[in-house]
Amino acid sequence: MCLAIPALVKKVEDKEAEVEIGGISRRISLWLTPEAKVGDYVLLHTGYAISIIDQDEAEETLRLFEQIAKEVK
Amino acid sequence: MRFVVEFRDGELAEGLITSIRRTSKRKVRFMEFCGGHTVSIFKYGIRQILPPTIEMVSGPGCPVCVTATADIDKAIALALIPGVIVTTFGDMLKVPGSRSSLQKARAGGADVRTVYSTLDALKIATENPDKTVVFVGVGFETTAPTVAASVLQASEQNIRNYMVLSLHKVCPPAIRSILDAGEVKLNGLICPGHVSAITGSNAWEFVACGYGIPCVVSGFEPLDILQCVEMLVNQVEKRESKVEIAYRRGVTPEGNLQALKIMEQVFEPCAAKWRGMGEIPNSGLRLRREFTQYDAEAAFEIKTEPAVEPKGCLCGEVLRGVKTPLDCRLFRKVCTPENPVGPCMVSSEGNCSAYYLYGDNGGR
Ligand code: SF4
Repeated sequence: MCLAIPALVKKVEDKEAEVEIGGISRRISLWLTPEAKVGDYVLLHTGYAISIIDQDEAEETLRLFEQIAKEVK
Repeated sequence: MRFVVEFRDGELAEGLITSIRRTSKRKVRFMEFCGGHTVSIFKYGIRQILPPTIEMVSGPGCPVCVTATADIDKAIALALIPGVIVTTFGDMLKVPGSRSSLQKARAGGADVRTVYSTLDALKIATENPDKTVVFVGVGFETTAPTVAASVLQASEQNIRNYMVLSLHKVCPPAIRSILDAGEVKLNGLICPGHVSAITGSNAWEFVACGYGIPCVVSGFEPLDILQCVEMLVNQVEKRESKVEIAYRRGVTPEGNLQALKIMEQVFEPCAAKWRGMGEIPNSGLRLRREFTQYDAEAAFEIKTEPAVEPKGCLCGEVLRGVKTPLDCRLFRKVCTPENPVGPCMVSSEGNCSAYYLYGDNGGR
């Protein structure tokens, strides 16, 4: 029920945005993330973006996993 | 899909699993609070992958499951009032109330519609100016801000026939209640990911500091959960208890301030009844007085008979992590997703439904 999925922001109009999720486009609300901009990935929950995905942190986390995988070999 | 597939990589998972196996020495029990985590853990067979030192128990983090029978009855009673259209999320439809369900009410002629978003409910309200559209709001901190935003939107756009029955709940008081009851001893808490996207990971400081229990906020992909378990194990072995985030791409310590502000503006805390846990102070959200005109409880005199709990159903114990669905005599025999006796079997994130669907991956 607290499911949220990553969506790519394609267009921003006032408090709404057009996003793409796996090739499908949708209109969503930016009431909760007014700072979202084109090119951001947001976490989409019941029609609202609830947070903006930090892409640097995502890469950092994946690098950490790679390092762990190397270390335990 | 970006930020999804990368976090399902098998080789990286191997690395994390090996690291967990090497580090984990002490026998521990971790609880995943959130139903979304329960589903991921079962789906990816994570319980089996973990070393025998680690026991996992599922918590009450499914908003549909913890909704009290009396509140379901209220939603059904609302649906039966002429001129009312009840809108809600899909999972609520089949949840058995004392005598009926929203689905049965609909079959009997009530206007009950499932929506994906409150935005759809607002649209139904504008399209049906002569009806009152009530959104039955269930959900935790992830969802409550979206419902708060819908109320502000209704007010901004002067939509007067939109209302909310607020059955929202907030998570920290429920976790406190479980810890205070002491029925399950926990050595670590897998904190909800999207609740924390709103509240911030700081919301769990009281668990780490006050109860000395390690806390790690997790995402929902298998690598997220493995990283979370790895971090919990590390804390346990170092005898630390702090709040960490294994979902840094989505969660910060402070959370979403805008969402918190909107939620605060529209709702205020109140006592709420949780299935299996009784009434917990300050664990619910009701509309503030300024927004009374959007409050379905204020607008309608909702009359219900005393609630009757489903007979033989152990949802309460299951939600508290004291029992598993396998302890329930009705599980699989009488109670199935097609014919659910309790809400934990109805909801796609309910513990009983997870055991039913992914049984072979389930309780060891
Ligand atoms: S299996 Fe069905 S009856 Fe038993 S606890 Fe779960 S929902 Fe309730």
